[in-house]
Amino acid sequence: MRIQKTKKQQKYFWIAFFITPGLLMVFVFILLPLFMSMFNSMFDWNNYNRLGFIGLNNFKTLFTGYYYSERFFNAIQNNLKWFVMTMLIQNVFGLYFGYMLSRRINGSEVFKRIFFIPVLFSITAVGFLWGLYLKPNGLINSFLALINAEHLQRAWLGDGKIATYTIILVNIWRWTGFPTLVFMSSVDALPIENIEAAYIDGANELNIFFKIVLPLIVPAITTITVLTIIGSLNVFEQVYVMAGVDGQPNYSTDTICTLFYRTAFGTYDSSSPVIGVGSAMSVIIYLLTFFFSITSISWLQKKEVEI
Amino acid sequence: MKKIISTFLALVIVFTSCCVVLADEVTTIEFWTWRPEDVTFYDEMIARFEEANPDVKVNQTAINNTEYFTVLAAAMANNAGPDVMQMKCYGQLQTYIDSNYLAPLEEYIPELADFSENARRGAASNVDGVLYGVPAWSQAMLCYYNKSIYEELGLSVPDTWDAFINNLAKCKEANYDALANGTKEGWCVEFLFGGSCLGFTGANDFYDKVVKGETTFEDPAFVTAVEKMGSLTEYMPKIYEGVAYTDMQSSFANEIAAHFIGGTYEYANFLNLNPDINLGVFAVPNIDGEPGYVATYSDMNFSMNSSTKNEDASIKFLKFLASKEFGQAAVEKLANVSIVPGVDAGSVPFIAEILELLKNSCPYIFAVGFRYEQPTGSSLFQSAGQSYMVGEITAEELCKKVQEGIATYYEPFQK
Repeated sequence: MRIQKTKKQQKYFWIAFFITPGLLMVFVFILLPLFMSMFNSMFDWNNYNRLGFIGLNNFKTLFTGYYYSERFFNAIQNNLKWFVMTMLIQNVFGLYFGYMLSRRINGSEVFKRIFFIPVLFSITAVGFLWGLYLKPNGLINSFLALINAEHLQRAWLGDGKIATYTIILVNIWRWTGFPTLVFMSSVDALPIENIEAAYIDGANELNIFFKIVLPLIVPAITTITVLTIIGSLNVFEQVYVMAGVDGQPNYSTDTICTLFYRTAFGTYDSSSPVIGVGSAMSVIIYLLTFFFSITSISWLQKKEVEI
Repeated sequence: MKKIISTFLALVIVFTSCCVVLADEVTTIEFWTWRPEDVTFYDEMIARFEEANPDVKVNQTAINNTEYFTVLAAAMANNAGPDVMQMKCYGQLQTYIDSNYLAPLEEYIPELADFSENARRGAASNVDGVLYGVPAWSQAMLCYYNKSIYEELGLSVPDTWDAFINNLAKCKEANYDALANGTKEGWCVEFLFGGSCLGFTGANDFYDKVVKGETTFEDPAFVTAVEKMGSLTEYMPKIYEGVAYTDMQSSFANEIAAHFIGGTYEYANFLNLNPDINLGVFAVPNIDGEPGYVATYSDMNFSMNSSTKNEDASIKFLKFLASKEFGQAAVEKLANVSIVPGVDAGSVPFIAEILELLKNSCPYIFAVGFRYEQPTGSSLFQSAGQSYMVGEITAEELCKKVQEGIATYYEPFQK
C-alpha cells in the first residue's frame, strides 16, 4: 500500500516537474500580461502615471470617443480584409497546390521546395525587399513600363485605396507554402483505398476532390482557419516594416495591432502614449482572437468526417 | 618564507584597498541618445568631458529613434532609466514631466537663465514654466536647392511665390524632378507645409492668435496656405504619393531633384550621400514684398532622470552639455544650429546662412503649439494632409478636420 502511494507521489512529482516550466511560461507571458492589461484598462492614466479607477470608460472611449473609434473601426476593417483575402487567396491556393503536389505531378518535389522557401525568409527582409520593388520607380513599375503598361503603374504602398491589398499580397506570397505543406501532408495521409475505390467506380478528379478528399481533410482546414484567424487579428510586423507604425498612408494600412502599439507606446513624431485606451485595445484583441478561434473550431469540428 | 608570504599578502591587501578606494571615486553615469549616427561625435565629447572630470565616467547608449521612446519609457517605468538622456521638446517632453521622470534643472544649472526665450520654451513644462532640459539645438524648415542646376538653367533664388513656381516649372521642363518631396509618410506632408507655406497664414501673428483661440484653423488665410501647398503637387515626382522620406533624400542628394523642402537636419546627410553636391538654402517666399519665413522649433534637450543615484555626476555632465565648448562642437561637427548662448554658430558657412534666414522665422506650428494632447495637431494635419494631397478631400475639409480634432481637448477652441 505504502509502496503504491510512493510510486503515485513520484509519478505526480515527475508530471509536475515536466509541466511546470510550460505553465510558468504561459502564466508569465500570456496570462499575466492579459490580467495586467485588464487591470490597466480600468484606470485613468496621465501619461505613465496611473490615476483613479474609472471602470470601463477606456472601452467607451475606444468604441465611441472621437478619433479612437474612427481609428479602431478602420483598423478592424483592415484586419477583416486580411482574413478574407488570406482565406480566399492564400488558403485556396494552398489547398490547390497541396492537392496537386500530393498527386505527384511532374516536378512536384521541386515545386514543394519553391513554394516553401519564402516561408523561411525573415519577415523584415521580405517587407524591405518588396518595399523596394514596390516603390514608384521600383521593379514592378519599371516592368510595367517595359511592357508598355505604364497606365497600370501605381503608388503600390502610397495609394490608400490599394496599399493594404498590396501588403496582404506580399504576405500571401510569403506564406502560401505553409498551407500547401499542411494540405499536402493531410491528403497524403488519407487511406489510398478510398480514392482507388472511387476511381474504380468511375468518379472523376473533381468528384474525388470535393466528395472524398475535402470532407476528410476538414481537421487540416480547421487548423489552417484558426491559424488564419489568429494571424489576421495579430497582423503587425508586415505592416510595420512596409507601412510604418502609423499604417501609412493616412492609416489606410492600419491594423488593430499597429493601432494598439501606437496608442499604448506613442510615436516618435506625433503622439504620446495613452496607456488606458491602449490596454483596453489589447484586451479587445485577446477577446476577439479567443472568440473567433473557439467559434471556428466548434463550427468546423461539426463538419469533420470519420473514416 | 612565512615572512615573505605575509609581506606579499599584506601588499596585495593594500593594493586592492587602494584600487577599491580609487574605483569608488569614479562615478559611472548612463547616457542615452536616439542618434546612432552621432555615436562618434558623442564619444569624442565624452572623452573631452572625462579628461576634465576624471571622477566621472559616461557610458553612451544609442538607440534607433523609432524605438527610443518605447525603450526609454519602459526603462523609466521600471526605475532602470539612464541618468542623463536626450529628450524631445514641447508636448513629448511634457509626457515625461507629467510622469515625474525628469528632474527640474534650473536650481542646479544656473546657466540655463542665459538661454533665449524660444529655447527655454522647448525645455519647459507648459504647466509651471520650470525647465526640465538643457536646450541643445533648434531646427528650421526651409527649401534646399541645387546650385549647379540653378546655374545650368540660369535661375536665381526666388523672391516671390510666383518666381518660386516659375523656377519649379523651369526645372520640370528640363526633366529634373522639380521638387523631391513626396507624401507617402504623413510627417513629410507636415514639413512640406511648414517649410513652404506658413507665411501665407500670417506666420507669427497667426500663431499667436490661434494659440489664444482668437482664430481657428478654418481661417481663410490658413486655408489659402494649404491650397498653396496643394499646388506644389504639379512639381513633385511622378507618383509622388508613393515617394517615401528616404527616396526624397536620395533623389535630392543624387541631383535628380532640384529642390527639397525639409529641415536643417538634412544638411549633413546630403553631404554624406554626395560630398560633391553644391547646395544652397532659401526661405520660400509667400506674400509678395515680404521675405519668406522659415518655420523653427527646438529639436532636442538633454534631461536628467529624477531618480538618478548619481545626481552630482549627472549635473556635471549636463553642465558640460550646456557649455559653449559642446555647443561649438555641435555646430562644427554636426552642422546643428546650436542654441547655447555665446556659440559662434556662424563659423560654419551653412549655419551662418541659416542664422540669417532665422531672422525671419515663425514657430513650426503643430510641433510647437499642438502636440500636448491626443489627437495631436501634427497627427491630424498629417493624416488629413495626405488625403488632401491626393485629392480625396478639399483644403477646407482638411482645415475642418484639424480644427475639430484639436477642439475636442483644446480649451481656447471650446469657447
